[in-house]
Amino acid sequence: MTILFQLFTSFFQIGLFSIGGGYAAMPLIQAQTIDIRGWLTLAEFADLVTIAEMTPGPIAINSATFVGMKVAGLSGVVAATLGNVLPSCIIMIILAKLYEKYSKQTLMKKILENVRPVVVAAIFTAGLSLLQLAIGSVDTLDIFAIIVFVLAFLALNSKRIKIGPIILLIVGALAGIGYALAFGFV
Amino acid sequence: MTRSLLVPDAERTTKAVKPEVNFGFYLKLFWTTFTLSLFTFGGGFVIISLMRKKMVVTLNWIDDEEMMDFVTIAQSSPGPIALNGSLMVGYHLANIPGALIAGLGTILPPMIILTLVSLGYEAVKSNPWIAAAFHGMRPVVAAIVLQVTWALLKPVLGKKKIAPIIMLVLAFIALYFFKVNIMLVMAICVAVAVILSLVEIQKAGRG
Repeated sequence: MTILFQLFTSFFQIGLFSIGGGYAAMPLIQAQTIDIRGWLTLAEFADLVTIAEMTPGPIAINSATFVGMKVAGLSGVVAATLGNVLPSCIIMIILAKLYEKYSKQTLMKKILENVRPVVVAAIFTAGLSLLQLAIGSVDTLDIFAIIVFVLAFLALNSKRIKIGPIILLIVGALAGIGYALAFGFV
Repeated sequence: MTRSLLVPDAERTTKAVKPEVNFGFYLKLFWTTFTLSLFTFGGGFVIISLMRKKMVVTLNWIDDEEMMDFVTIAQSSPGPIALNGSLMVGYHLANIPGALIAGLGTILPPMIILTLVSLGYEAVKSNPWIAAAFHGMRPVVAAIVLQVTWALLKPVLGKKKIAPIIMLVLAFIALYFFKVNIMLVMAICVAVAVILSLVEIQKAGRG
């Protein structure tokens, strides 16, 4: 019971204090799981980060599941994840209530309207870093990745081809496997 | 309906329609967030991009302005952006049950996958098939996020107001070239937005 409670409180703190998405949570996860509780070694933490990047979902939830499983099995997964998402659930429901109530007021409407361009800038920045990660730097350009990127971008902008992003991701995965097979990487 | 007119009406094909809340809707909300989360790797903004495609373009449950507001709030609140965004959308569509179902749909895929992976992570870590699939998926993810940027940028430019464009450019320079913490950039922009809004309202009051 105590170990489940520890998992819950540790990940509750991670959820509560990581503002600004995945990479803001990393140092907190590191502090809680390695330094404070000693659930992971530094090498295991590095593996965890790799796995979290390779698998879908927020890194905090990935970590909660991974650490919970390692420390206390399935009940650990539930305790850690529940602790991790509870702060979000409470805070977001309060904020959503406030948003529904006040977003149509003139001042609030204007403020939100003036903040929106920043969201575009933030998404653009994230997109550029993802593109760099995909195609590599100038001297190690990945031609295959560039071709996939251009085709995917054109498909998404095309009015004639109606293709959803999830289908496109599956096509991308198959193309990656096909490419590896054709050039003998597997 | 009084909606902020970030998107000129001529460009908007249809206005968002809140769906009727019934059992079928909850199933659809759960399934939508579940599949979005299942295919989202590479950080919160990826799921936001997928969410926009699905909820704004395909399902027409919310509009672009609401989506951007949700992103702002999700980004400025504690916890994963993907989860916060789902909770906001879920609440908007169907109050607390909606938020909880959308949240559950979002956290289940990583829980299931990580449980399986942690059972045999040595094998997964070095699996060449998985690496090959990721090689093909990464450029697609980049394309999805950049295409969403383009879609959201058009209405901002179309409004022909200079202040938002300056804010956008400055925020981008700060984020991309100077790697300024996004929370700081957002805090400053909110402060600027408050001042701009007060000035605009005062002007409108006089005129």
